[in-house]
Amino acid sequence: MSFDGVLLLVPAFNEEGAIASVVREVQELHPGLHILVVDDCSKDATVNTAQTAGAAVLSLPCHLGLGGCVQAGYKLAFDLGYRTVVRIDGDGQHNPQDIPRLLETLERTGCEVVIGVRCKESGGLQTHPIRKIGIHFFRLLLRPILGRSVSDPTSGFVAVNHRALAVFATSFPLEYPEIETLVVLQRRQFRFEEVPCRMRRRMAGKSTITAVRSFYYVIHVLLGVFINVLRFDGRPRGKRTGG
Amino acid sequence: MERLLDVIAILSLVLLIVVLRSLRREHIRVEHSVSWLAACAALLILSRSHWLLDRASAFLDLTEPAIALIFMILAVFLGVFYRFSRVISELKDMNITLTQKVAILEYKLRMNEEEQK
Repeated sequence: MSFDGVLLLVPAFNEEGAIASVVREVQELHPGLHILVVDDCSKDATVNTAQTAGAAVLSLPCHLGLGGCVQAGYKLAFDLGYRTVVRIDGDGQHNPQDIPRLLETLERTGCEVVIGVRCKESGGLQTHPIRKIGIHFFRLLLRPILGRSVSDPTSGFVAVNHRALAVFATSFPLEYPEIETLVVLQRRQFRFEEVPCRMRRRMAGKSTITAVRSFYYVIHVLLGVFINVLRFDGRPRGKRTGG
Repeated sequence: MERLLDVIAILSLVLLIVVLRSLRREHIRVEHSVSWLAACAALLILSRSHWLLDRASAFLDLTEPAIALIFMILAVFLGVFYRFSRVISELKDMNITLTQKVAILEYKLRMNEEEQK
C-alpha cells in the first residue's frame, strides 16, 4: 500500500517505556509511512527514545493535554501538506497492522473520518469500570445526537482526510477530544465510519484517567457535548460540504 | 448594623491597599486591577452611604439593609470572578496557540538545519 501524503501521528506523554516499540513496529510493518511523535512535554525520556527509534518528534514546550497535543500534530501535518493523518496512541494499544484497513475505508467510503473501534475478539472495553459506565452512557447520549450508533466513542485510533484535517488544524476540542470530536463532525456535516480493530493492552506506563478523574472526564465531556449541540445551526443534514 | 458597615469599610480599604501594593510590585497588571479597584470603591461607598444602602434595600424589597449589602457584595464579587474566568480562558487559548506555534517553528527550524548539514 502506498503511504504518499499520509502521516502517522502519535501523541505521547511520559511514554518512554512504549514509544520505541510503537515506532519500530510501524516502521517494520509500513516502511514508507512518515511517523510524527507529538510529545506533550513529557518528564521522562520520551523525546530521545522516539528520536532514537527513528521518528520525527514535535516537542511541545508546555503540557497542553491530549487535545492540544493532537491539534499541534494536525497543524503541522496541514502546514507540511499531508492529505491524510492517522492517529494512534503512544502506549501500544493500537495495532499498526490495522492502519491500511482504516486508510482503505477512508478512501473507499469518501467519509472524512474513520475510527478504529474495539471489536469483541479483543475482549471489548478494557478500561476502569467507572469509565466503562461512562462510555456506555455516552454511547446512549450520542445516538440521538449523531443519528446513528457509535460503538466506541473514546477510541483514539483515527484516520482523517484533508477536509477534516483542515478543520481540526484550526478548531479541535481540547483535553478529552474523542467524544466531542464526533459532535463536531456532525455539526460540520462530516461523515465517519467505524472499522473493528483488535486492541491490545498498553505496553508500559499508566493511563492518565484514574478512577477519580473518570468522574471529571464524564462531567467535562458531557458539558463539551452539550456546548457543541448548542452550536448546531439547525441546517438540514447532507446539504453542506463541510469546512 | 453599624459595626457590620464599619467592618466592610475596613475590609474594602484593606483590599484596596493589597491591590495597590500588588500593582506597585507588578504582581498584577494595571488592566486586571481595575475590576478589583472598582469592587473596593463600590463596597466602600455602599458601606459609608446609608442613603444608597436604604435605596438598594428598598429596591430589592428587603427590610434589612444588611442583607441588601451582603447581596450586593456577592453580586460584585461574582462579577469580578466571571470577568477573570473569561480572562483566564482567553489567556489559556492564547497560551495553547503560542505553545503549538513555538513547537512547530522549532520543528521546522530543526528540519532546515538538518537539511543544510
